[in-house]
Amino acid sequence: MTTIDELSSSPAPAEPMPETDAQAQLSRRGVLQLAGAAVSLVVAPSASAQASPSPTERATKAARVRLTVNGEARQLELDPRQSLLDVLRETLDLTGTKKGCNQGACGACTVLVNGKRVVSCLTLAAMNDGAEIETIEGLAQGDELHPLQEAFIEYEGLQCGFCTPGQIMSGLGCIAEGHAQSPEEIQFWMSGNICRCGAYPGIVAAIADAAGRM
Amino acid sequence: MLPFALEKAHSTEEAIAAAAAGGRYIAGGTTLIDLMREEVERPERLIDINALPLGVVRVEGGDLVIGALARMADVAADPNVLRPQPLIAESLIEGASPQVRNMASIGGNLLQRVRCPYFRMLDMPCNKRTPGSGCAAIDGLNAGHAILGTSDHCVATHPSDLAVALVALDATMRVRGPRGERSFPVEELFRLPGDTPHLEHTLLPGELIVEVRVPGGAHSSRARYLKVRDRASYEFALVSAAAALSIEDGAIRQARLAVGGVGTRPWRLHACEAALIGRKPERRTFEEAAHLATQGARPLQHNHYKVELLPRTIVRALEMAGEVA
Repeated sequence: MTTIDELSSSPAPAEPMPETDAQAQLSRRGVLQLAGAAVSLVVAPSASAQASPSPTERATKAARVRLTVNGEARQLELDPRQSLLDVLRETLDLTGTKKGCNQGACGACTVLVNGKRVVSCLTLAAMNDGAEIETIEGLAQGDELHPLQEAFIEYEGLQCGFCTPGQIMSGLGCIAEGHAQSPEEIQFWMSGNICRCGAYPGIVAAIADAAGRM
Repeated sequence: MLPFALEKAHSTEEAIAAAAAGGRYIAGGTTLIDLMREEVERPERLIDINALPLGVVRVEGGDLVIGALARMADVAADPNVLRPQPLIAESLIEGASPQVRNMASIGGNLLQRVRCPYFRMLDMPCNKRTPGSGCAAIDGLNAGHAILGTSDHCVATHPSDLAVALVALDATMRVRGPRGERSFPVEELFRLPGDTPHLEHTLLPGELIVEVRVPGGAHSSRARYLKVRDRASYEFALVSAAAALSIEDGAIRQARLAVGGVGTRPWRLHACEAALIGRKPERRTFEEAAHLATQGARPLQHNHYKVELLPRTIVRALEMAGEVA
């Protein structure tokens, strides 16, 4: 019936096989980035040949976008079709943010944009010019984990871990909004994040505990 | 996703001119981007209107005025909304997820597309997506579909909770277009599907929603929203009801009632309201009035339950609105 139902009837998003070393990771990311570059090349000629887009021929003009990601200023030239999620993962190599349903239903891609939690799959990166983005990679200070990350470990707020970055970023939003006063309130205000393993009791306990400590 | 041109509008005039020339407005994008990825929506030119100064929530002469670009979450948490207009706040908080509510605008909420699964299946007929192709829902899986205001061409429900609340509260909206401004009741934004289900609203080409105005009154602070659904949160309504009562000397003086999840547009129930006036606010009154809600209902194979669930939901919502009175 809804996008949510479609999510529940489709197979769980599979995490790729774990890489054994840094080399494997480089090559997997490299392949994906090459694929992305090939798409850009295909798009580019039509954009340059067609100076003013006519109704019959579609053209995409690269957009210049400035983002501050985890405190670091970035200047990017992007295809306007790229979601913020795809730019984080594929252009900036910040693969902590996960792509689950890519429909806004699962919350795995949750990041903070100007301090507010959003699903990065449903926003175009080019529409976030000038924005401050915080992802899971920005939380730890060196080797010291963020209190909410610590709490997720302490209360076992995860099993497979795929939804965890989204849960933690959404949990930060939940706490900042003042919606972590009781387990019931946390359940309601975390309903945009789905955990297929069912680690919900641990997630709720971790957020409740961290809310008291932050 | 098909290629498109993305332009940022720096003024309302600039945005309207671009839209009048064939551009599509984009604000939060939570519906549009999803449907563009599925190629159900295929705009060639998007006008990003997020820089326009239309995000303010204010009170003016007792009316609550909500800018079209205000975000659902911000409106729901606004002190001018929370206590004086609990029905507006509840209808917003019961919709979507916390993340989507941080993104989605009020104007976009009203113009969101239907959640009928066949609308987004390109290999299935859908008169809304491809006029004249047929309706796969009428003989398909239709447990979530409408029982009121349907036609032989479309049976999809309007998905907005906020719209149900606004229609119940006699809200109006102000729009601006190439030929100037006009205001009209929010209820008149929504068309019945008839034999043109692809035409969903009454905005003229290039028109931009500027703001929504909710009149205040004795009923406002007691109005309530009840949403019945398959999950406790982040789910569309099977049936929902927005109810507002004004009670004096033990009798109902004014009643406002609209329902969601059952109609092809947000559904105001004037006959039920009339049946409440002058009566004592008690269960029997509510049940008698609620029974009028299903007059003319046309249930499909899988949504007969809504004929029973609708009056029950109305009774509960009226009890909630009466409780705090």
